[in-house]
Amino acid sequence: MKILVSAKRVSDPNARLHVAADGRWVEGDVEYILNPFCENAIEGALQLAEAHEGTETVVVGIGDEDTARFLRQGALARGIDRALLVNADEAAIDSDLIARIYAAVVAKEEPDIVLLGKQAVDCDSNQVAQLLAEYLGWPQATFASKIEVVGSEVRVTREVDGGLEVLGLTLPCVISADLRLNEPRYASLTGIMKAKKKPLDELELDDLGLGAATPKVRVVAMSTPPGRVAGVMVKDVDELILKLRTEARAI
Amino acid sequence: MSTPALPLELDALIGWSDQLTEEEREVRATTRRWVDGHAQPHIVDDFEAGTFRRSHVKELAQLGLLGAPLPAEYGCAAVSNVAYGLACLELERCDSGLRSFVSVQTSLAMYAIWRFGSEEQRRRWLPKMATGDVVGCFGLTEPDHGSNPAGMAARCRRDGDGWVLGGTKMWITNAQIADVAVFWARESGGDGRILGFVVERGTAGFSAADIPHKLSMRASHTGSLHCDEVRVPEAARLPGAAGLVAPLACLENARYGVAFGVLGAGMDCFERARTYSRDRRQFGVPLAAKQLVQAKLADMAADLVEGSLLALHAGRLKDKGQLSSVQVSVLKRQNCRKALRIAREARGLLGANGIVVDYGVVRHMVNLESTYTYEGTDEVHTLAIGRALTGENAF
Ligand SMILES: Cc1cc2nc3c(=O)[nH]c(=O)nc-3n(C[C@H](O)[C@H](O)[C@H](O)COP(=O)(O)OP(=O)(O)OC[C@H]3O[C@@H](n4cnc5c(N)ncnc54)[C@H](O)[C@@H]3O)c2cc1C
Repeated sequence: MKILVSAKRVSDPNARLHVAADGRWVEGDVEYILNPFCENAIEGALQLAEAHEGTETVVVGIGDEDTARFLRQGALARGIDRALLVNADEAAIDSDLIARIYAAVVAKEEPDIVLLGKQAVDCDSNQVAQLLAEYLGWPQATFASKIEVVGSEVRVTREVDGGLEVLGLTLPCVISADLRLNEPRYASLTGIMKAKKKPLDELELDDLGLGAATPKVRVVAMSTPPGRVAGVMVKDVDELILKLRTEARAI
Repeated sequence: MSTPALPLELDALIGWSDQLTEEEREVRATTRRWVDGHAQPHIVDDFEAGTFRRSHVKELAQLGLLGAPLPAEYGCAAVSNVAYGLACLELERCDSGLRSFVSVQTSLAMYAIWRFGSEEQRRRWLPKMATGDVVGCFGLTEPDHGSNPAGMAARCRRDGDGWVLGGTKMWITNAQIADVAVFWARESGGDGRILGFVVERGTAGFSAADIPHKLSMRASHTGSLHCDEVRVPEAARLPGAAGLVAPLACLENARYGVAFGVLGAGMDCFERARTYSRDRRQFGVPLAAKQLVQAKLADMAADLVEGSLLALHAGRLKDKGQLSSVQVSVLKRQNCRKALRIAREARGLLGANGIVVDYGVVRHMVNLESTYTYEGTDEVHTLAIGRALTGENAF
């Protein structure tokens, strides 16, 4: 079996970001972390590989040398076999183009399972797995909380409103990982030392036939939430109810 | 001067992140993640209960922290000394006892077997010690011989094709939980050399006991070892160790990790003191707005910058095999002094809350009293430096 997983870097949710001068992206002394849902996908792939001998795991990232660091330290150091970096400007691609890039990589790599994080916690678009399944014409299961390979079928448990849904998918398929899929392991010191020696191949968009591809969605503007305004003291409950009704229109 | 929006990170003040390799930064980060997730949540309970959590052994092993700088052929991670030092720092950010466990396993017990053991001994013990299946300890100090180990009373004598060991070791980290002890004893008869033995738990006449009522290093086991006519085969003797230089070389190796580690305790104290003084208001303003408080924070931070740069420098020298014994003395003495001073200042800055274990600093403070004493006391290192500088032995 061969499993392709995603690794996207995202700005640290605790970092303070500033909107860039052109109003379309963020800047600042941004600390990046590996997208937590990608960590779940990586762990999911490692567990499947441990359960099924002979499984090859490949991580795919899109970005630059800094993304390569996350491929090495977030994926290879944890035990993923090899990495592919697609060189591209992260700020200039949308979910759709990411899905097209993954589809082109899938055509080259021919995996049995593509396991992606359900969304990246920076832009929260939650679209790539779905778009990718469509482009490939493969079955998909999103928000996986459990993955098992049973014979020629993949059983995916999904958390849905009020309960669980278990889907059986034929291979090859696309799965997106939810937080409860697993608890990602820590990279071990041995893994960290081995990461640099594992293969990390770089691909250009041209190699994937996407040299001229353009995103379909463009960021028009970004803004930070308005600062909090000072609260007001009310003198009694009656005034509170009045203000909630007339000013806040909450009741 | 305008107030910066965010307080400056200590790491930015040290400015060392660009000086580290990607692996070194990642070793530090993964250790910290584990510490935050698995050790920090229990440390106050463990300290109060006076215990070292047994489940940590396997977890530390899985992380690759046991024997981390030793070669991969023995199942170790083979990280640089700088990476190992940074891991010690992150462990000790939680508690000196946690770091002590790793130090003793790695830099004393495993190192002694690696450096002075036969190939057979290395293959027998090191892989199991790296996986945490075997816990080691290192017995040099005795009830009546601490700073002067040359005076040790423990004896070994040849008996047919084996040896008989006798004597008591005191203040031995991990003694009660160790599966093997590296036991140092002076040869009766022969050349009277100090020899090292790997003694297994369960060997007839060999026992370990707890040292109760400690107020420092409570989250680490400290005990005594007793050998009463203990018979061991020649294969238990470390063939490369002849004379006091052998255990001293192990201590020198471990001191490096101690000196890197205590920075973590100091950093935690500094951060807690900084946060507290920014939150706590007296006389209508945050404590941090007072010059006396800022002076203390500035001293602490400056000490941590100096200590970190010294440790990094020493680590680079050690990686090149160029770190000298007297340089280790300077490093151990300075960093343990600084960390203890920082902890005491932080304790004061937290006022009454500073004496409560939950606030962290008093726990670090009492732990650092041990680091001041073990692995060569402050005075012993001062004398070692003095001897190197003057050529006069003042011990
Ligand atoms: C928590 C803990 C864990 C330990 N773990 C281990 C371990 O795993 N293995 C091990 O072998 N040992 C261990 N030790 C023992 C430690 O190494 C000794 O405590 C240390 O070497 C000091 O010896 P001592 O306590 O006998 O003090 P002493 O040597 O009696 O010293 C008492 C005081 O006298 C000073 N002094 C001594 N000689 C001189 C001199 N010539 N001139 C001036 N002042 C002097 C000392 O600096 C000190 O202040 C541990 C100790 C502690 C506290």
